[in-house]
Amino acid sequence: MKKAWRGFTGTKWLDEVNMRQFIQDNYESYDGDASFLEEPTAATNKLWGMLKELQKQERAKNGVLDMETEVVSSMTAYGPGYIGEGTKDLEKIVGLQTDKPLKRAFMPYGGIKMAEQACTTYGYEPSEKLHEIFTKYCKTHNDGVFDAYTDEMKLVRHNHILTGLPDTYGRGRIVGDYRRVALYGVDFLINEKAKDLRNCGDGTMTEEIIRLREEISMQIKALKEMKEMAAIYGYDISEPANNAHEAVQWLYFGYLAAIKTQNGAAMSVGRISTFLDIYIQRDFKEGTLTEKEAQELIDHLVMKFRMVKFARIPSYNQLFSGDPVWATLEVAGLGMDGRSMVTKNDFRFLHTLENMGPSPEPNLTVLYSSRLPKHFKDYAAKISISTSSIQYENDDVMRPIWGDDYSICCCVSATQTGKEMQFFGARANLAKCLTYAISGGVDSKTREQCGPAYRPIEGDVVTYEEFMPRFMDMMEWLAGVYVNTLNLIHYMHDKYFYEAAELALIDTDVRRTFATGIAGFSHVVDSISAIKYAKVNIIRDETGFPIEYKTEGDFPRYGNDDDRADDIAVWLLKTFMDMIRKHHTYRHSEPTTSILTITSNVVYGKFTGNMPDGRPAGAPLAPGANPSYGAEQNGLLASLNSTAKLPYEYALDGISNTQTISPDALGHNDEERVNTLVGVMDGYFDRGAHHLNVNVFGVDKLIDCMEHPEKEEYANFTIRVSGYAVKFIDLTREQQMDVIARRAHGSM
Amino acid sequence: MDQCKVNSQHIELSDLPTSETMLRVHSVESFGSVDGPGIRFVIFLKGCAMRCQYCHNPDTWDRAGGNLRSVDDVLSQALRYRSYWGEKGGITVSGGEALLQIQPLTELFHKAKDLGINTCLDTSAQPFSRKDGRFSAFEALMKYTDLVLLDIKHIDNDAHKRLTGWENENILDCARYLSDIHKPVWIRHVLVPGINDDDESLHRLRSFIDTLSNVERVEVLPYHDLGVYKWEQLGIPYKLTDVKPPTEESVLHARKILTE
Repeated sequence: MKKAWRGFTGTKWLDEVNMRQFIQDNYESYDGDASFLEEPTAATNKLWGMLKELQKQERAKNGVLDMETEVVSSMTAYGPGYIGEGTKDLEKIVGLQTDKPLKRAFMPYGGIKMAEQACTTYGYEPSEKLHEIFTKYCKTHNDGVFDAYTDEMKLVRHNHILTGLPDTYGRGRIVGDYRRVALYGVDFLINEKAKDLRNCGDGTMTEEIIRLREEISMQIKALKEMKEMAAIYGYDISEPANNAHEAVQWLYFGYLAAIKTQNGAAMSVGRISTFLDIYIQRDFKEGTLTEKEAQELIDHLVMKFRMVKFARIPSYNQLFSGDPVWATLEVAGLGMDGRSMVTKNDFRFLHTLENMGPSPEPNLTVLYSSRLPKHFKDYAAKISISTSSIQYENDDVMRPIWGDDYSICCCVSATQTGKEMQFFGARANLAKCLTYAISGGVDSKTREQCGPAYRPIEGDVVTYEEFMPRFMDMMEWLAGVYVNTLNLIHYMHDKYFYEAAELALIDTDVRRTFATGIAGFSHVVDSISAIKYAKVNIIRDETGFPIEYKTEGDFPRYGNDDDRADDIAVWLLKTFMDMIRKHHTYRHSEPTTSILTITSNVVYGKFTGNMPDGRPAGAPLAPGANPSYGAEQNGLLASLNSTAKLPYEYALDGISNTQTISPDALGHNDEERVNTLVGVMDGYFDRGAHHLNVNVFGVDKLIDCMEHPEKEEYANFTIRVSGYAVKFIDLTREQQMDVIARRAHGSM
Repeated sequence: MDQCKVNSQHIELSDLPTSETMLRVHSVESFGSVDGPGIRFVIFLKGCAMRCQYCHNPDTWDRAGGNLRSVDDVLSQALRYRSYWGEKGGITVSGGEALLQIQPLTELFHKAKDLGINTCLDTSAQPFSRKDGRFSAFEALMKYTDLVLLDIKHIDNDAHKRLTGWENENILDCARYLSDIHKPVWIRHVLVPGINDDDESLHRLRSFIDTLSNVERVEVLPYHDLGVYKWEQLGIPYKLTDVKPPTEESVLHARKILTE
C-alpha cells in the first residue's frame, strides 16, 4: 500500500476509483456535542478581517471590485494569487481564481457578448483583440444555440414562458468529485482515464464514440493542466495527499480548476466533510495535528469558498440575485448501513458560521434525518437560529434513490458524486401556461400568439369542464417545446463549453439527468381550485381579451393541509412530469423536474398576467413550492404538511420550501427554541418532505436592514431564499419587499 | 406530567367509538410553541364572559358564531401534526374561555388521552365553582388534563373586577383546588403597565403562588397592543389606548419578583 494511505482500511478502493467505499471503510461517526470546537486562530481573524474590508470596497464599487479584460481564464492563466501582501504563509489553503482576491475572470466560451457586456456594465473596456478572436476565429456556446434555435423557441423565450435558460452562461450543476484528487493523486486519475480511452468503442466510429473519445482526451489534458496549476502554487499533486493539510489543499485545487474554467450557474463543492475528517482523525492519531489546527484548515477552506466570483450581466443578476455561486457543501446524512455519517468535521463546517460570522457561501446543507445524533441536530438548529445560513434536505427520501454518497449539485438537487452529471434546465412558467389555456395561446403582456392557437374559452365564466382539457393541451405543448429547447442548448454546451476539468473527476460512464423545472406552482394550484370550487368570472377588455378575473365564493388553497387543494398540487406535479417524460432527451438523459425558483420568482411574476386565484398581474410568484402569500390560514405546520404531500419521486430535482419563523414563536429561551426547531424538522421530514430553508428573525429586522443597509451589523446579514442563501442588502429593493411581504410565522 | 396518560400509543382514532359532540371553534393554530410544553396544536374555542381591558382576542367573546365542529373532526385535524409533537408536545385548548364548553371539552380530552396525546388547558378559570354540578364537571375534566395554564390577571379582587369585570375569588380558589389535587400548573400573568405591574401587586401574587404546591412554571407575558385592530373592527371602544407595552427592564423586574 502507498505510504500516503497508511492507516486506512479496506481493499476495494485501492486499485480503482471508489470513493464511497473508502469513506464507508474509514470514517468514524461522532455523536458527542459541540464542546470540542475551537475559536478562530489569529491568522484566521487577520485574513477574514482583510477579506471583510475587500468585500466592503467591492460593495462601494457597485458590487465588483476588479475585473479581467485582457486574459482569457484558464487553470494556468495566472501566477500565484493571495488574499494580501505577505499573507502567503498565513493562508493554510492557497489558490485564487485570478491573480487578485475577488477579481473576476474573463470567461468568453459561454458567449462573448455576455462576457463583454459584463465588463462594460461595471465600467471596464473589453479587449479588442479577444473580441476579434471570439467573433472571427472561435465560436462560443451562445452563438451555437442561436444558430440552431427555431422561431418557436425564440418566441417562447421572448415571451418568458421559458426563462433563465442556460443559453447565455455556463450551465453549471456538475460536481467534480474533488476528493479524488486528494485520495488518489492526479497521476492515478490520468491512468484510469487513459484506460477508458483505450477501451472506448469497438473501432466502429459512430458519432457517439467519436465524441466520447474526444471528451476523454480533453479530460486527460485538464488533469495534466491541474498539476501545472498546483505547481504554480508550489505543490505537486501527482501523488495522493499525505496528511490532512494536503488533503484539504489537493481537494481545493480540484475545485479551483473548475471555477477557473467554468462560470456555471451553480458550482457546488460537494460532500467533502466526512471524507476530510478521515484525514484529520489520522493526523490526530499520529499526533501531527491539533483541534485548533484542524478548525483552521476548515476555516481557511471555507474562506476560499466565500471568495468565488463570476462576472455576470444585469439580466442574469435579476434572475439570480445577490451574486450567488452555489458553492453547495453538504454535512451529515446516514449511511446505507444505518450508521450516522456525522463526524466532528460536520460540526467544524457549521462552526465556520460562528468563527467568521454568517455568510451565504458556501451554501451549507444539512442532509437531515430525525435519526441523526441528537447533539448534532441541536447544534445545527442553534446555528440556524443565530445565522439563518443553513438549509436542510431530507436524507431519508434521497438516500433510497441516490445512495449515501450523493452531493447537492445546485441549490437543492441531488446527484451521485463522481457518477452523475446534470443538464440544468431552468424552468417553465406554468402560471403563464394557465393563462394561455384561457386565452388560446395569446400572451397577455405582448399580445403575441406565443402558444398554439387552440380554442380559447369564450364564455364569461371559466368552467372546470371547459378549462381542464385546454390546460392539458397547453401543458403538453409547453412540455414539448421546453424539452427540445433544452436538448439543443445542452448539445451546444457540450460542443463549445465542455466541462473538462469537472468531468475528469467523474466516471467516464456518466449517468445524466435532465433537470426541468416548474415556476408559479402555487398560483396554478389555487387557480384550478378557484375554477373548481368557486365561480371565476372573466373580465374582458374592449378587444375581448381575458384581462382579469373576478372570483366569487371561497375555495381551498394550497398551504392549509386541505386535501382538496393539495390533491390538485400533487396532480399538477405528476401530470407535468409525465408530459416531460414523453419526449426524447439529449444523450439518453433521465428526465426530472423541480419546484424551485431561486429569486427568479420576482422576474417571472413581472411577465405574468392576472390569475384566477387573485394574484394580480406583475406581482411576484410565490417562490419554489411555497404556498401563495396570504394563503396560509392555519399556521406553519399546516403549510409544511401541504408541501410534504408532494411526492419527491416525481420531482427528483427538488421541492424547495422557504419559511421564516420569528424567534418569539419558537420559544421563550434558547433551549426551547432549539427544541422547537428540531421538533419542526423531525416532524416535517418524517412526513417525507424534501427541503426546508429556515430563517429565524422578525420582520422588523428586515425592514430596518432595508432602510439602513449601511449599518455594520447588516454587512453580512444572510437570509435563506428559495434554495440558497443571500446577503439581504445585495437583493434589489423589489426582491427585499417581496421577502418582507411573505409574512413571518409567529403567534400571538 | 403524563400522570393521567392512558398508555395506548397504538390506538387510532378510528378504533374508538365515534363522537359527534360539537365544539364551537373560533380557530386553530397548527404551530403553537408558547402555549404549553413543546410543539402544540392549539384550539381556540368561542365564548368568554371576562371583559379584560387588554384582551387581544375580543372576537372570541361572543358565545355564538365560529365553526361547529365535532370532537372527532377536531381531533383528526390535530392528529395530522402528531409527527411534530415529539415527547412533550400535544394539544392545547384555549379561547375564549374553554371551560364554557366543558362537556364537549372533556370528551375531547378523554379521547385525546385514549390516543396517548398530551393535553393542556389554557384558562382564566372564571367559570370555576365548587358548587355541585359545575364542580363535578371540572373534576371530570381534570382526569384527562395533563397541564393547566392558569391566567391570573390581578391578585387584588377590586382591581381584578375593574380590569375584567369579574371578581377573582373563585379563580384563586381554582388554583388552590388544583394544588390540592397536585395537578401541574403554569401560572401566567400578563404584565400591563400601570395596572398590575406595581411591586406590591407582584409581591402579593408571589406570596399567593408560594402557597401552591403544584406550580411548575410562572410566565410573565408582556402586554402588547397587536389585537387593538380587532376592537376597532368590532366597534368596541378600547380603554387602554394610552398604555404602551412594558419595557424589557420592567418585564425582567416582574419575572424576578415572581420567579426568583
